[in-house]
Amino acid sequence: MAAKTLTIDGKQLSAEEGATVLQAAAEAGVKIPTLCHLEGLHDIGACRLCLVEVAGGPKLLPACTTLITEGMEVTTASERLKNYRRLTLELLFAERNHVCAVCVANGHCELQTLAGQQGLDHVRYDYCFPPWEVDATHRLFGMDHDRCILCQRCVRVCWDIEGAGTKHVSGRGGKAKIISDLDDDWGDSETCTACGKCVQACPTGALYHRGSTVGEMVRDRSKLEFLVNAREKKLWSV
Amino acid sequence: MGGLMTLADLQQIKERELAAQKKIVLRCCLAAGCCSSDAHGVKERLEKAVAEAGLHHDVEVRGVGCLKLCCAGPLVQADPAGTLYTHVTPESAPSIIAALRGDQTALTQTDPNAAFFALQHSIVLAHSGRIDPERIEAYIAVDGYAALLNALTELDPKSVLETVVRSGLRGRGGAGFPTGLKWGTVAKSPGAKKYVICNADEGDPGAFMDRSVLESDPHAVLEGMAIAAYAVGADQGFIYVRAEYPLAIARLQTAIKQAKRLGLLGSGIFESPFHFNLDLRIGAGAFVCGEETALMASVEGQRGTPRPRPPFPAASGLWGCPTLINNVETFANIPPILRHGADWFAGIGTLRSKGTKVFALAGKIKNTGLIEVPMGTPLRTIVEEMGGGAPDGGRIKAVQTGGPSGGCIPAHHLDTPVDYESLTTLGSIMGSGGMIVMDDSTRMVDVARFFMEFCMDESCGKCIPCRAGTVQMHHLLEKILARRATARDLAKLEELCDLVQHTSLCGLGQTAPNPVVSTLRFFRAEYDELLQPDPHGPRPAAASAPGATVS
Ligand SMILES: Cc1cc2nc3c(=O)[nH]c(=O)nc-3n(C[C@H](O)[C@H](O)[C@H](O)COP(=O)(O)O)c2cc1C
Ligand code: SF4
Ligand code: SF4
Ligand code: SF4
Ligand code: FES
Repeated sequence: MAAKTLTIDGKQLSAEEGATVLQAAAEAGVKIPTLCHLEGLHDIGACRLCLVEVAGGPKLLPACTTLITEGMEVTTASERLKNYRRLTLELLFAERNHVCAVCVANGHCELQTLAGQQGLDHVRYDYCFPPWEVDATHRLFGMDHDRCILCQRCVRVCWDIEGAGTKHVSGRGGKAKIISDLDDDWGDSETCTACGKCVQACPTGALYHRGSTVGEMVRDRSKLEFLVNAREKKLWSV
Repeated sequence: MGGLMTLADLQQIKERELAAQKKIVLRCCLAAGCCSSDAHGVKERLEKAVAEAGLHHDVEVRGVGCLKLCCAGPLVQADPAGTLYTHVTPESAPSIIAALRGDQTALTQTDPNAAFFALQHSIVLAHSGRIDPERIEAYIAVDGYAALLNALTELDPKSVLETVVRSGLRGRGGAGFPTGLKWGTVAKSPGAKKYVICNADEGDPGAFMDRSVLESDPHAVLEGMAIAAYAVGADQGFIYVRAEYPLAIARLQTAIKQAKRLGLLGSGIFESPFHFNLDLRIGAGAFVCGEETALMASVEGQRGTPRPRPPFPAASGLWGCPTLINNVETFANIPPILRHGADWFAGIGTLRSKGTKVFALAGKIKNTGLIEVPMGTPLRTIVEEMGGGAPDGGRIKAVQTGGPSGGCIPAHHLDTPVDYESLTTLGSIMGSGGMIVMDDSTRMVDVARFFMEFCMDESCGKCIPCRAGTVQMHHLLEKILARRATARDLAKLEELCDLVQHTSLCGLGQTAPNPVVSTLRFFRAEYDELLQPDPHGPRPAAASAPGATVS
């Protein structure tokens, strides 16, 4: 494939045609914040944290779904972008009940880490305190909707990688919710293979191994990457 | 006849229709508005009265589409005189027959030449209220399907395309994208399979333009779609119509069945090699499903949520195939453009906004209903002359266009012409045609809160700024209305407007702040009046406020 040259934050670089801005930036060592993106899953451009400025266009574009073009000039960390990222994270913290101090993912949470990196140290919006419940019906895993940021990683990994199709999004707006099958108890799911991929993919403490207590929910992403790579490169020993 | 329709057949149907025309026609509006106040009962009683009077040789009682002055329904219009009876009931209906014989009638009438009607320019609504929308023969009698026949037999797809480009037609679904340019992109996109979609999801609160077109003249939309399919090289079409429109759905089903029976849809149309199959898809009433990528996901049987563009539908739409998606009114403009020519159409309207626009006129105004006016008509003409101004001696304060994606234009800008650019300059949009008039009694912060609540409820929830941002903006507006907010809250509201506008994934989020932004622009004092003094004293907006820490 042909290579394209472009500039990201003033750095000249070349990347393969068909690469996303996010991929090209990563190759060049420029880190763009992401939340819904996960290596191996198709991108949906949902969290809007990876938005970048592209010279010549008025619109901000998500780095994860935007393909590079020849001569593109990308800015990834202007003051405006940094401010938008902070506000977006701030909205997330006000949306559901993110009580880090008692969360299984405390210290291993992508949302928490990003907030730190983006300099978000307090929330100015009124908290919504929605009455979400915990689904603790599965024998191995739990789902705490209070911690869910609706990044849909679990849905995509369950469909694209595991092929089980257990996880869905139901409802809309602030009432949108990750469900198992037709909004059944996860423990009653006939499609769930209990593979645990959704738990590995989740960026926050929303999905966890049962029995883990505060701060214990550490992810092993290498497992997912191994699976994706193995599938793409057909490494299965049949 | 299936598949063997020719010009002669079409001509024959038309002549038969015209020959059967009776001296007197009583046109009864059977569109949804009048139907909700028993227009069907009116029609039945009229039919009975005609039969009883032994007048059935001379008088036809005809069910028609919208007669436009919806606020005065049920409406009955009597030809040839054109007398327009208002507020007709099944009980009072027989007196129309008596009036035909010259008797006095107690029925209220309205002047069919009043400004409300006289200033209309009917292209899209030319047949609305005139022909029976449930009979394809009636459409053929007004030269229906002649444009399709002409295109298939006399023109190649390229020249059809060129005509649409030259007409200057722009999309009527809201954004005003040049229709010819869109068609050209689909035509040029490589792919053996292409689709045409008609967007009939019309979800703006208060809007009923598309519904009226579908209920009043469904064949015009089918013909427009078939012509589009021929121009771009598609062989399958879908009409995506919301389930809340049962009458429109029924009329479309009837129309599709009739067109298929006559061989005007299906294979080998007009003995040409052109195939076009058309199906209905019923939407479950989510506003966001009107957004084109969400709509296509829904047609594919997926959850109706938007996806990032590019790729645009014209390059990769339904099932990855090039797809043309246009609004109902856009398609309804196509047959007249082909019948009368691009120059005729381009001669109507303004330099950059051609043709007419249909509006659903509503709110604090005397005459509410459906109007079609040339682009460039000043707002003042619409609300004061056609609409008759505010009722009960009120004063018009603002006009809202574009629904939840639009803005409020204050009375001192009433001389603005309605065209895409002028409305955008004022921070509103043309939108799909909702036009809500507000008088002195309307509080603008209330208006902003109403539309924000709508967007909050209709956000699909996929992206964070729209999902969580609309909730916070709505909360801040409620706080302001409850007189619990400070200048700092207003600053937060404005900051969120900016964020949600610029970072949301789809048009719903990107335009959701518009009603707030535009009321702040023209009616800021109404916000300020509601604010409370800040207990912490004034602070620069950017400085950190004592908020809760991230726990
Ligand atoms: C939230 C949202 C709702 C929309 N609803 C409609 C609708 O109900 N009808 C419509 O024709 N277009 C609607 N649109 C615009 C469509 O995405 C699309 O632009 C339009 O159908 C294109 O047709 P046109 O070029 O003929 O205007 C909506 C857009 C958004 C963002
Ligand atoms: S455990 Fe596996 S199959 Fe079950 S919901 Fe999670 S990803 Fe899907
Ligand atoms: S449960 Fe986790 S992975 Fe799934 S949407 Fe919520 S935050 Fe994302
Ligand atoms: S802007 Fe709103 S409606 Fe559009 S994708 Fe985002 S959440 Fe959904
Ligand atoms: S990572 Fe790109 S939008 Fe979420």
